[in-house]
Amino acid sequence: MRGMRIMAAAAAAVLVVAACGSGTSSGPKTLKIGFTASQTGAQELTSKRQVEGIKLWADQVTKAGGIKLKDGTVLTPQLVSYDDESKTDRVQALYTKLINDDKVDFLLSPYSSGLIKAAAVVGEQNGKIMVTAGGADDATMEQGFTSIYQVYTPASQYLTGAIDLMLAMDPSIKKIAIVNEKDAFSTGVAAAAKPYAASKGLQIVVDEGYDTGTTDFGPIVNKIAAAAPDAILGGGHFQDGQTFAKAIFDKQVKAKFIALLVAPPEPTFGDIGAAANDIVGPSQWEASVAYDAKAAVAANISWYGPAVADFTAAYNAAFGSAPSYHSAGGYAAGLVLQKAIEDAGSIDPAAVRAALDKQDLLTLFGRIRFSTDAKTHGKQTAHQMVYVQWQAAADGSLSTKVVWPEAGRTAPIVPRQ
Amino acid sequence: MNLGALLPSAIDGLLLGFVYGLAAMGLTLIFGVTRVVNLAHGQMIAMGMFVVLAVASGAGLNPYVGVLLAAVVGLAAGVVIYVVAVDRVINAPELTTLLATFAVNLIIIGTATTLLTTSPRAVDVDMGALRSGGVTVLGTHLVAVVIAVAAAGALYAFLFRTRLGKSIRAVAADRAAAELMGINSRRMLALAFGLGTALAMTAGALLATLFSFNVLSGGTYETKSFVIVVLGGLGNPTGALIGGLIIGLLEGVTAVVIPVSWVPVIEYAVFVLILLVRPRGLLGSRQ
Repeated sequence: MRGMRIMAAAAAAVLVVAACGSGTSSGPKTLKIGFTASQTGAQELTSKRQVEGIKLWADQVTKAGGIKLKDGTVLTPQLVSYDDESKTDRVQALYTKLINDDKVDFLLSPYSSGLIKAAAVVGEQNGKIMVTAGGADDATMEQGFTSIYQVYTPASQYLTGAIDLMLAMDPSIKKIAIVNEKDAFSTGVAAAAKPYAASKGLQIVVDEGYDTGTTDFGPIVNKIAAAAPDAILGGGHFQDGQTFAKAIFDKQVKAKFIALLVAPPEPTFGDIGAAANDIVGPSQWEASVAYDAKAAVAANISWYGPAVADFTAAYNAAFGSAPSYHSAGGYAAGLVLQKAIEDAGSIDPAAVRAALDKQDLLTLFGRIRFSTDAKTHGKQTAHQMVYVQWQAAADGSLSTKVVWPEAGRTAPIVPRQ
Repeated sequence: MNLGALLPSAIDGLLLGFVYGLAAMGLTLIFGVTRVVNLAHGQMIAMGMFVVLAVASGAGLNPYVGVLLAAVVGLAAGVVIYVVAVDRVINAPELTTLLATFAVNLIIIGTATTLLTTSPRAVDVDMGALRSGGVTVLGTHLVAVVIAVAAAGALYAFLFRTRLGKSIRAVAADRAAAELMGINSRRMLALAFGLGTALAMTAGALLATLFSFNVLSGGTYETKSFVIVVLGGLGNPTGALIGGLIIGLLEGVTAVVIPVSWVPVIEYAVFVLILLVRPRGLLGSRQ
């Protein structure tokens, strides 16, 4: 009987010691990170890619022994996520649940601008830090949020960067045509490109919108041909972009530079053969982009995280396919949060926020720095779109090359023939 | 506004007008003979596109073989649709036949969306181009015009030169009288439905050689067909062809002068105007 009592006391003592152990700064602690995934609905495919990126980051951090803070604390990331069905009302309810019921420490975002808009409001209201990937909307990040940080380049820069690239290629370009799909995204991109073009002394000789679902680009291309611009900028999504490029080629419109949204980075854009040649398109990231520690030194900022090639190989090994920019964005969101926690030396929101505000890194996803301006706080200010160009090899075969920014390019841009 | 674009756009529009006209002829033929407004018309146009896709990308044959096949498949499909969905309600009020063809439309949309998905498709056809000055006319457009004209001509030869064709016209003119003369009107109605569907699928097949498409692409061309049919006169195939040319030309020319997305507004304004001012259409109703 007495022996039993001693045993019980000893067991209790062990339990207490164990409990104390997890409370001290030396043992591993769990870092709860919450987000929603679109396992069903319109965003299913792209969301899956982003989530895979997040998972790869969490797995690699765990395997490396967790996030180690200066005081010796080790944090092991634990992902908490739910299916948002690609619906904004689900996003709102689930982010509230993540914050109140699951008591997560930090938030990552769902995929797509619309869902992020909904999630950001909930995060902000509850003072939870959220690093977003998968959303390029400008308006969401211009509401004076204090806790939301955007990894993607804002949509307004999709074509302004193309204008920089175009003028770097050929400063003599003066006349441009801007022809875009008339949906919210493409119109917003074009609206930002127009004043920028004007500020660079360019003359917009054709300014047209076309309806979503347009397949006959004959009338528009005839107009462009008659105006004889040096460059054509615009497009919208995949199908119309591809058809537009084909129509420009068929009608032999001479333009030295053509940049279209969304379509050119897709591998199947090349199905239109010679019509795809020399077409430029913006992408958030490409697996072939050459960001590395050397480029970081050149830009006088620090490099953080794995090299592009290592990430691509690990992703391939884990999920059996090459990463898309959605995957890299998800991974980068994890990296950004990890670095901020390391810099802050704690998970105290104020300290992490201060660390994020100070952050200026080059990662496999590109350069990351956030706006600290009160109105646009957290908006991405340094990440640049990667511009790809379809180029023909000596044997006539077509492939995409990264031509901009110069820090990550795999080939110089060539004027369209 | 840039007048340099006027000539090429007018030519493009006119060429396209032949294909629009062919599609509208199918709709108007069915209405003229059976008094049925075929709401499955657009979906049959889309099916014509997929016949070409199957022949060109699936079987690797010349896409124009697909155009021919689309006509044959269309004839058979039209007869089947008539027998299954329309025949038993042919004497019911017009709303009933309208709903019957609408049901067929939904069945085809549902099946096609499930089996083929709404992914964009394209058939790569290269027939070269004629170029002169600032005008480029693509070979595919020229071939489409030749085939559309040939199909329209064949229809006329059939309707006016053959006994079967004359029987169809007799049923269109007066079904009871035609039956008294020993014509099997059910067969003629089914045949007319088949011919109309064949025209729709041929037009769809030709469109597939010009533009990209998906299973839902028929809708746009269906509404255009309605505008053209009203413009040319209900039940009047010649009117439909001419109406098609007018709408095509109008699309091409107005797009030069005003922003392209305003073009449908002009088209429907014409539609309303014709209904108000000349409801029988430019060429009058069926002869």
